[in-house]
Amino acid sequence: MEVLVVSLLNGLVYGMLLFMLASGLTLIFSMMGVLNFAHASVYMLGAYFAYTISLYVGFWPALILAPLLCGLIGAAIEMWGLRRVHRHGHVAELLLTFGLALIIEKVVQMTWGLLPVPYRIPELLDFPLFRVYGTQFPAYRAFMLLISALMFGAIWLGLRRTRVGLVIQAALTHPEMASALGHNVPRIFTLVFAAGTALAGLAGVIGGNYQVTEPAMAFTMGPIVFVVVVFGGLGSLAGCFIASILMGLVQTFAVVFDVSLADLLAKFGIAVTSSTPFAEVLNVTLPRVGALLPFLLMVLILVFRPRGLMGTRDT
Amino acid sequence: MTLLRRNWPWLLALVVLLAFPFLFYDWTRGRHSGFVLTLMSEIGVMAIFALSYNMLLGQAGLLSFGHAVLFGLGAYCAAHTVNLVKAGTIWLPTELVPLAGGLGGLFFGFVLGWLVTKQRATAFAMITLGLGELVSAAALMFMGFFGGESGITINRVMDTSLLGVRYTSPWQVYCLVLAWAFVAAALMRLQMQTPLGRMANATRDNFERAQFVGYDPRRVRWMQFTLAGFFAGIGGGLYVMIYEIVTFDTVSAVKSANALLAVYIGGAGAFFGPVLGTIVVVLLQSGVSLLSNAWLLYVGVLFIVMVMYAPVGLAGLLGMHAPIWRGGRLRELLLPYLRALPPALMLLLGFVLLVELASFTTIGAAQGKRFAIAGHAVDTVSPVPWAIAVAALAVGALWLHREARALRERWDTLMEDAKRRAGAP
Repeated sequence: MEVLVVSLLNGLVYGMLLFMLASGLTLIFSMMGVLNFAHASVYMLGAYFAYTISLYVGFWPALILAPLLCGLIGAAIEMWGLRRVHRHGHVAELLLTFGLALIIEKVVQMTWGLLPVPYRIPELLDFPLFRVYGTQFPAYRAFMLLISALMFGAIWLGLRRTRVGLVIQAALTHPEMASALGHNVPRIFTLVFAAGTALAGLAGVIGGNYQVTEPAMAFTMGPIVFVVVVFGGLGSLAGCFIASILMGLVQTFAVVFDVSLADLLAKFGIAVTSSTPFAEVLNVTLPRVGALLPFLLMVLILVFRPRGLMGTRDT
Repeated sequence: MTLLRRNWPWLLALVVLLAFPFLFYDWTRGRHSGFVLTLMSEIGVMAIFALSYNMLLGQAGLLSFGHAVLFGLGAYCAAHTVNLVKAGTIWLPTELVPLAGGLGGLFFGFVLGWLVTKQRATAFAMITLGLGELVSAAALMFMGFFGGESGITINRVMDTSLLGVRYTSPWQVYCLVLAWAFVAAALMRLQMQTPLGRMANATRDNFERAQFVGYDPRRVRWMQFTLAGFFAGIGGGLYVMIYEIVTFDTVSAVKSANALLAVYIGGAGAFFGPVLGTIVVVLLQSGVSLLSNAWLLYVGVLFIVMVMYAPVGLAGLLGMHAPIWRGGRLRELLLPYLRALPPALMLLLGFVLLVELASFTTIGAAQGKRFAIAGHAVDTVSPVPWAIAVAALAVGALWLHREARALRERWDTLMEDAKRRAGAP
């Protein structure tokens, strides 16, 4: 029970962090059909920006400034990069962001060095909030939950209730028609791209000191975020939310339960010895395959339901 | 005779590739340069890999992020085959070890292809990405087949050679790589002309119409994927022969990305584009990575420049000159090109200087390295070199912009001329 509650909370925190990254990506992906490979790189940039800004003016201004900087970078990428290669098709757009990811990683290494930087939790939030069965729950994790929940609410209301949100939704599904009605669709694209990267930057600000701020953080986070977006389905913020939480929980719980298929078979009276076929596969314990489970889930859902969990159209 | 006349580029390439290592031959000691031979063998292997990748991207329009899975699994199969031959369990000539890799690749291409070819376009790309991650993680997990982190090691010196060669020297291995590279490239070239190759093009260009004509696009994709696996596996088999070890690196996403880079930089539209791209990418990786910390940045910038300004790739750029060449007026482009060269060099120099300065101030300083140009130590924190770099970058960019306009005008008139000729023969 104790393990269950603690893992549930941790999984929720990780899932919400994933959601902050994935929500921007899913908006970009469903609108422009571009899987932005540089999205996790912007997440990393957000963390590094926040680290540098917090050295001078503290954490709280960084919480605002770093995402804004990331949003500006996103707008620049869209206006001078993606828009130019758009006519060469989706593959070219995807490859452009792929090249950008390479460059950003190297630039980060050259600016901040190869080693992790000491980006710390602000002192104001550095205390245990409450105890669950003897395990402390840090206040910062609660703060992360709060920020991501606020953001989810803001996006949801923004997309559903405001005029801009309605135009964005129209441009998501019917870009030509929205354009014919007199809306500046390229500008909406830039806006969405900037907003999406700003969200990634925000995730970086609050995720950078939760995890480790290092040049490899984009590479470890990137594939998981893709999995979340594809799993959740195109054009569906709700699907993205469910997928994020699911992936967060799956990864957290997989670390906790030290069981293998062989243990499961043993319950049914089948003993696995080294001579059993596939003994190696059966003996692998769950924590070791934990990092794999998201990819397995993604491959399965793409094979059997290509539009994802709650997607409205095929990828 | 007609065969010779039609295939002279292949023969020329073979002669050049056989002669090239002798440029670096150490006559005093009577030895080949090991570095050059290994580098060229690597290019040969990666060229096969890139060509097989182009069977998917170029021919069938399938963007795969996990092609190294087939390459690596082929390599593991070849390694196990070699070890079985050494143990005396089976008999196989040394020369046919890459074929064992190829058959491994074929098998896994068939099995995994069943799964991935159910979808196309972005979904295909995502499934292959996931599959790549799955297999590279599995390679670390399962000791029996993959050997965990240390991989599988072999000894390529076997007593089963058909030609009586023992493959102890890099030169002998290079010849083996060259032979297999030519066989594989020729087969892939021929495959393009088979009905399957043509149908792959058709499903790429108009998937619905191909379906309407009565072909099953999924089957076409599956068969194409399986064959691509076969050739990637041959590359994997050769990789084992060169390095005598295969680790989880061979199935990793980095390896897959390399094929993508090579194909895109070289040009997916032309058959030899991927080979061209492979040469550029391998030289960048092996050459520049020795000289600079920031080689990945150069690869990324080159990649972005190609995507933005030349999506047809190097081979496509060369191909664009064909109509002007046929008109016999290629000479008139020489002057504008020569005029554009100095500003381009200046731009490049400024950029490289800037990157190196930045890289040496942070990474270099942490590693205790000093930045030196031709033996002169450069103080990376003083503003002078930075100012020079920025100035070279800015002036070069403005100057190149001007020259590029002149080049474009000349180009347009020449193209008009070529079109007129083609229109009225």
